Amino acid sequence: MALAKITSVTGRGVTVPGNDIDTDRIIPARFMKCVTFDGLGEFLFYDVRKNADGSDKTHPLNEARFKGATVLLSGLNFGCGSSREHAPQAIQKYGFKAIIAEGFAEIFFGNCTTLGMPCLVAKREDIARISEAVNADPSLEITLDLVSREIRFGSQVIKATVRESDRDGLINGRWDAIGELLDGKAAIQEIATKLPYLAA
Amino acid sequence: MAKSLFQKVWDAHTVRTLANGQTQLLVGTHLIHEVTSPQAFGMLRDLSLKVAMPHRTFATVDHIVPTDQFAEPFADPLADAMIKELRKNCAEFGITFFDRATGKQGIVHIVGPEQGITQPGTTIACGDSHTSTHGAFGAIAFGIGTTQIRDVLATQTMALGRLKVRRININGRLRPGVYAKDVILHIIRVLGVNGGTGFAYEYGGEVFDRFSMEERMTVCNMSIEGGARAGYVNPDETTYAYLKGRPYAPKGAAWDEAVARWKGFASDPDCAYDDVVTIDASEIAPTVTWGINPGQGISINECIPDPAKVVGDEKSSVEEALAYMKLAPGAPIKGTRIDVAFVGSCTNGRLSDFQEVARYLKGKHVAPGVKAIAVPGSQGVGVLCAELGIDRIFRDAGFEWREAGCSMCLAMNPDKLIGDQLCASSSNRNFKGRQGSPTGRTLLMSPLMVAAAAVTGAVADAREVFGVGAN
Repeated sequence: MALAKITSVTGRGVTVPGNDIDTDRIIPARFMKCVTFDGLGEFLFYDVRKNADGSDKTHPLNEARFKGATVLLSGLNFGCGSSREHAPQAIQKYGFKAIIAEGFAEIFFGNCTTLGMPCLVAKREDIARISEAVNADPSLEITLDLVSREIRFGSQVIKATVRESDRDGLINGRWDAIGELLDGKAAIQEIATKLPYLAA
Repeated sequence: MAKSLFQKVWDAHTVRTLANGQTQLLVGTHLIHEVTSPQAFGMLRDLSLKVAMPHRTFATVDHIVPTDQFAEPFADPLADAMIKELRKNCAEFGITFFDRATGKQGIVHIVGPEQGITQPGTTIACGDSHTSTHGAFGAIAFGIGTTQIRDVLATQTMALGRLKVRRININGRLRPGVYAKDVILHIIRVLGVNGGTGFAYEYGGEVFDRFSMEERMTVCNMSIEGGARAGYVNPDETTYAYLKGRPYAPKGAAWDEAVARWKGFASDPDCAYDDVVTIDASEIAPTVTWGINPGQGISINECIPDPAKVVGDEKSSVEEALAYMKLAPGAPIKGTRIDVAFVGSCTNGRLSDFQEVARYLKGKHVAPGVKAIAVPGSQGVGVLCAELGIDRIFRDAGFEWREAGCSMCLAMNPDKLIGDQLCASSSNRNFKGRQGSPTGRTLLMSPLMVAAAAVTGAVADAREVFGVGAN
């Protein structure tokens, strides 16, 4: 199961401003009535993007100039709430390849890494600078460099952070742990025999 | 060296260190439900893998079940497909399924403890963020995503970074009419909705020593609303008394051995914590949220924040919340008219929640124009309530008494708010659109506060409405 080594992501950006954007807002629960993740992209941010009759509300993702953006920018505690992988799945299936925010909720963050979608943390003023540049020129390309922990856009460079285990997984092509977990079979059995509650 | 329960449980379940520095952690108990597991089974099939420990995997159906319809097929074909998919997956992989016909169905975080599956010193994972509930027993319990569910199904392990531990002491005595729900809403208000990121919360102090298991579960349940992926209480005699005799609890000599082992997992008195927070119980009042995240709460006698008087980062959050909630800035929260009252959920859908409300609800009636529903967290809770006549008290008071499920906590079933209805709710999240209507509004509070709002038609102080603590 060879995985891609994700050392950097380059693409155009769009900002969905605000703090504490929760998983219910990212994908309302009624769209989780499904047994696959197929087609979730169209329901991303549905209730803040669409009126009850399906027409568009004012929302950055509805602006033609941001169509095709692959880097999502937001505020503090992005992805708080539910553990539903439907949330990062919807973001990824909509077309995003990476997220930059002031901070991420923990379960959401881990889910994103497992899907090979890097989440980088940057300072508020730095995200504001990226947003400003993107709003001035939506065709501007942003590069998230996981190796150097930098975000580059135009002539500007800002510092970003990412949890080391996740950075390691992404750049070394081991962001999906299943292969390595399966390799631990003997060690799993050894530990399991020491835990009486696991006895069959 | 002195260790916390978290460290002891983590160490006992550590398989090895992975290349990225994370731990391969053995998950002793895997709980699954219909919403987040079907895709994981699909991934398993794609990889031609089997379930590693089917005997340590337990399933129930909770999110999508209608609470007013028993016959299948369900009216909603998507919901019907989901229950059938889970049934099929459990049969194919040899997993115990607490299906509705077993009489043991219910919300996964109520069923695990009720069956005695949730035990001290164990690791538990479930594709649901409120898995932290199980920490009430001195287990380390994590909410996980679907790809991790696949990992646990396939290997009974997952990759995880070790958490730091914050000890939260609540000392002193809670005032009458102040409940476990108020304790956790207060903690989240003080520490913030992301204050727990990177931490497991260890709850302790005199209040937790006195708390029942159900009260401990209410607090641990909402750890994630404070950003903490796990929350726990050290096991004690209350824990063992709760577990004794339950279907999956050890029996006979094995029981005594288990209790001895469980005692050893409790945090050592002199262990070090990464952080310690101490709160005086007398500071905690009946708490109500006014905003769009669980940290936006105030005591019943406070006023809704006025953005004009808020400075700094909070200002825009308050503005956004009030614009959505359509509440008057600076007004008292008390007296806010409600449309719907909901008692239930994995936070407050247990026997003691309904019992406490029934104690005061007898002889009272839901206010005209208010839709009030009570949803037991499990079939087991429903049976106990019926035996004690609790369901009758709710019905006589004008509540609809329903069948077990998550119901209006997240409204994946037909129980939904309509338009911008305002709901007094004993659930755990007040996010925008959480209760099924994109403009629906939620006020989180304790079950007795929900009952007070139901009978008066407006947010009210349950202590005044019901004379709590008057004698």
